[in-house]
Amino acid sequence: MLTVRLLLFYLLLLSLVCSNRLIASEQQEIKIAYLTQEQQVPSALSNLEPFITDKGLQGALLGLKDNNTTGQFTAQNYLLEQVIVPIDGDVKQAFAEILEQGVRLIIVNLPAEQLLQLHQLNNNQALLFDVATRTDAFRHNQCLSNVLHLLPSRAMRADALAQYMLKKRWNRWFLVTGNTAEDALYAQAIKRSAKRFGMKIIAEKKWLHTYDARRTAQSDIPVFTQVDDYDVLVVADEQGLFGEYISYRSWLPRPVIGTQGLVATAWHRTHEQWGAVQIQNRFKALANRYMQEQDYAAYLAARAIGEAVTRTRAVDAVSVKAYLLSDRFKLQGYKGKPLSFRSWNGQLRQPVLLAAPTSLVIAAPLEGFLHPTNELDTLGYDQPETHCQ
Amino acid sequence: MHTKVLISAGLLLFSIVSSAETVFVSLEKDNAIAVVDPIAGKLIKTVNIGQRPRGIQLSPDAQTLYIATSDDDTVLEVDANTLAVKSKLPSGEDPETFAINSAGTHMYVSNEDDNQVTVIDLLTRQAIHTISVGVEPEGIAVSPDNLWIVSASETTNMVHWIDAKTYEIKANTLVDPRPRALSFTADGQQLWVTSEIDGTLMIIDVATKEISQRIHFAVPGLGKEKIQPVGVVVDKKRQWAYVALGPANRVAVVNAQTYEVEKYLLVGARVWNLAFSPEQKRLYTTNGVSHDISIIDLDDHKVTKSIAVGRYPWGLAVKP
Repeated sequence: MLTVRLLLFYLLLLSLVCSNRLIASEQQEIKIAYLTQEQQVPSALSNLEPFITDKGLQGALLGLKDNNTTGQFTAQNYLLEQVIVPIDGDVKQAFAEILEQGVRLIIVNLPAEQLLQLHQLNNNQALLFDVATRTDAFRHNQCLSNVLHLLPSRAMRADALAQYMLKKRWNRWFLVTGNTAEDALYAQAIKRSAKRFGMKIIAEKKWLHTYDARRTAQSDIPVFTQVDDYDVLVVADEQGLFGEYISYRSWLPRPVIGTQGLVATAWHRTHEQWGAVQIQNRFKALANRYMQEQDYAAYLAARAIGEAVTRTRAVDAVSVKAYLLSDRFKLQGYKGKPLSFRSWNGQLRQPVLLAAPTSLVIAAPLEGFLHPTNELDTLGYDQPETHCQ
Repeated sequence: MHTKVLISAGLLLFSIVSSAETVFVSLEKDNAIAVVDPIAGKLIKTVNIGQRPRGIQLSPDAQTLYIATSDDDTVLEVDANTLAVKSKLPSGEDPETFAINSAGTHMYVSNEDDNQVTVIDLLTRQAIHTISVGVEPEGIAVSPDNLWIVSASETTNMVHWIDAKTYEIKANTLVDPRPRALSFTADGQQLWVTSEIDGTLMIIDVATKEISQRIHFAVPGLGKEKIQPVGVVVDKKRQWAYVALGPANRVAVVNAQTYEVEKYLLVGARVWNLAFSPEQKRLYTTNGVSHDISIIDLDDHKVTKSIAVGRYPWGLAVKP
């Protein structure tokens, strides 16, 4: 009797061990790091718009949440390691530590110079998801291996605006550029698009931030904007230091487009179509604010990883990268078209939204802008134009 | 004299036939349903119903019309003859689509924002269960034998197989991105599923729960990204299937035996959902952006008529 009981006990124990092992061997763990650095609060035109400190992070968290909802059915568990380096901290050091821990999928929310440094340090070990830069050089002649870019480049944004301007026949542009390096890059992209779509830049002026007490927005803008006749004023002011002053104050009554007025963006709070309402609601419930571009980019980065892992069951950087750059990868991004990565520069193919502050005007590429393989490639540097491989 | 009688008798007969079938269309932006006489080709009336009506379906006995009014967070139970609201069912938040079992006793509702399916007992009008599913559940269907509830999650990209007795998920089928609509064949052997983002139609074998066929669409002169399949229906004999291709503005006619796409029928803009006439002689389509419905004659696969109904027609139900 006792032996039978003992036997039963052993059998029970054995079955427990077996079933545990079964679960353990099936459950997959996917570690993703999110790396960013605290930022100095930049100067702003208005205190109405609060400075958001967690732009990007909340998007990554939502992406992780969605991945884990799926993961409960596929026995996959996603973990996000948040690395937020203080203002005076060492980003390179933090990155090295992430690599040391063996994490090979890293969402990077850092400016272009820092991304470049991390890329060198990375030496193709990890797959980096850039959710911050719009640098054309990274998509054109200074491509970074093992880096995928989630946000539209400046060239993509400028092309989106130019397509719409062409449709409206607003062909004569007056370009106003701020004095930061980023503004110059934006203006460069605008000029490229103008040439590409046959627009004419009739005048170009630089906005100088002088601190002359006699200069006010009301008196200065009308004088500043007296040039030959034009259809639209294109403003290049990425930080938003003066661009908002131009609308309603210019000498001629003309619309403003560019970094203010009608803007080209990856995401906008007025976007509702193609199921966008659902993600806007989910995001607001999580973060208590509207989703910003960097959040959208980080969300897509996490979701892209999720798609690759779900479909291939592989979690290493090489396999994930191979899947993401293959024809099989099609990501739902709430913009009506499947998103994918351009194999030549790692740029995420995506529609670009053209939005006014409280209304979505249109999504580019516009109807009628054709392309032999994918209409999304009418935006930004196409394969034949790029020097990247 | 005799001819007059004959003519009037004929007219009488015609009017009886024409009033025999009514199409109800949910109008997402008008907060109303349109009541259409499809034989006469006329919009009879528009009835205000509630905020953002989307999913719409008749009870098996065709006496009750159920309408999901998404922004009111309820599914309305409406008398199909008088259109009087009888009750508001506890559907959970943001109900979009739902399915009803063949006995008409249970309703299964997709709650898109909450990642769950709510089960409603239609006799007691109580929510009796919620089932956690993937992100953004949308398409939902019950197998003809009432054994399975299938739910498609748009962002998780999965079809969940829910046991209709225990409400446990027994299997998951990974499908192409952004699955939208699901439709069982009448014999219960196949489940047809559309993928909006990949532009594909998948046929899942119910026994193995694996994809057995994948159908691609190509409309000459139309970009691939315009093809975004949404609604799908298969006829009772499993001879033909019809797929609404969204912004391609066409309904694809698929041979359900050979899986060949035989025809593309031009309908209205952004064709969304589909419904058969009671004898499966006609197919009705909602065209979201052109604000009308199209009528397709199924004997010769021709679009015979389109009827303007109101803003953003979403779904339709056909009362014999």
